[in-house]
Amino acid sequence: MSDGLFEKGAITGIGETAYTRGSGKSDTALQMEASLKAIDDAGLSPKDIDGVVPYASGSTVAEDFITNLGLPDLRYSATTPLGGASCVAGIQAAVSAVATGLANHVLIPIGRNGYSGSRIGNRVQQMPQFRTIGEYEMPLGTLAPAQLYSHMARRHMELYGTKSEHFAKIAMNGRKHAAMNDNALRQAPMSLDDHQTSRMIADPLRLFDCCLESDGGAAVIVSASERAKDMVRKPAYIMGVAEGHPESPSAITQRPDITTLGTAKAAPRAFGMAGITHSDIDVAEIYDCFTYIVLCQLEDLGFCKKGEGGDFVSSTSFGFDGDLPLNTHGGLLSQAHIVGMNHVVELVKQLRGDAGAAQVKGARIGLVTGYGDMGDGTVAIMRS
Amino acid sequence: MDEQGTMEIERLYPLPNPDSQPYWDGLRDRRLMLQQCADCGSIRHYPRPVCDQCYSMEVHWIEASRRGTVHSWSVSHHAFHPSFKADLPTTFVTVDLEENVRLVGILRDPEVTLSIGTALQVGFEDAADGAFSIPVLFAA
Repeated sequence: MSDGLFEKGAITGIGETAYTRGSGKSDTALQMEASLKAIDDAGLSPKDIDGVVPYASGSTVAEDFITNLGLPDLRYSATTPLGGASCVAGIQAAVSAVATGLANHVLIPIGRNGYSGSRIGNRVQQMPQFRTIGEYEMPLGTLAPAQLYSHMARRHMELYGTKSEHFAKIAMNGRKHAAMNDNALRQAPMSLDDHQTSRMIADPLRLFDCCLESDGGAAVIVSASERAKDMVRKPAYIMGVAEGHPESPSAITQRPDITTLGTAKAAPRAFGMAGITHSDIDVAEIYDCFTYIVLCQLEDLGFCKKGEGGDFVSSTSFGFDGDLPLNTHGGLLSQAHIVGMNHVVELVKQLRGDAGAAQVKGARIGLVTGYGDMGDGTVAIMRS
Repeated sequence: MDEQGTMEIERLYPLPNPDSQPYWDGLRDRRLMLQQCADCGSIRHYPRPVCDQCYSMEVHWIEASRRGTVHSWSVSHHAFHPSFKADLPTTFVTVDLEENVRLVGILRDPEVTLSIGTALQVGFEDAADGAFSIPVLFAA
């Protein structure tokens, strides 16, 4: 069953709102705007949507989509509570639904006022999956993701000689691509010196190692492959998709190996299902809440061995015209934090040949990841 | 995270439950208490109701050695809640205890140079308003 969901589903529609700091709209409005755009992009009517996977940590439920979009017969709904790994986990749920005939067209929406509303850091303690660190770590003053993740980064640096300059290259790459993207919040050039002199937040993580907080919405439609081939857009067929949870998922500090993410469990499943190898990947949109998390995922995905992330980053060009085009939209670090749905949308654009200035020439197979909730990892591999 | 990333946190106090009350009572009494499975003897942390080795829900509490070594650390230069501002910069250390579980504490010993394996000792400190006590760390 290793090929379980292989090409059973495809992304047939994508939608994004403007990404801002101060949307002036409700979270629900952002999600509906993105959803309507995705439905329209797919050439569908809201009446065709019979599945929805709302964001588990968000403010909407399936009922809101029935109410706002007039969905006549919602047959499938689910949530995938994996924080920043939720969107790609949502794809896994949606493909499961269309593969089994439970639904034909599943909407996966996300949207929130991450800047002007409840700030991202604030949300952490409110989530039940963080009850453990909420009791034992946060009362000491270590409560924000930058603080909690910096222990992982520091150990990696101590064990393997990873440097802040490696993190800088990832930040600078995101910024370079954001500057080519009209819907990106940070476009000013970033030099190595800019990164190295940016304010220390939680040593070793500096300000420019940390993602943005943003307002906006994004959505995709997952359709059954046999329907997708007759739809208006070139489908992005989902070749492989998987989720993985690390040991001690709720408390990083109690994890036997704090330098390995759930991604390490998900990646072999996704690649095995897709039946491809790393050299087949033309473009990678890797969840980048923090620069270190990208470097660690490159290892856990198998692009290099554990501990070799620093050398791999040094020796690989990540530009849209490089060895491994990475975060061609600017990512969470420089485009916007849309919980990684912006990564999914960007991959689909790349596979359609519709990614604008940062289009990867001839992109045919691509990878997108999600990462969140202190260690959960998700991976999807798609082809045009 | 961004330049103004300050958080509004409703609760910065631990909310002990029957599984964790002995841990917090121990810190207040200057003892580091850990759960030990009453059936297979495994020591676990953070406190929780089931032994993940043998699935027993029978537990007793042991007093830990308070000796450990550095697993990793982080130095916060930004307070994500106003009540922690006065303590900046704050060094949080993840410690491998001799009992084979980990503990996070605040380093209170300016003489310590941190690297993986550095020996440390757990001490205790009352939180600012005295409502509870936390583990802090010194050179062994």
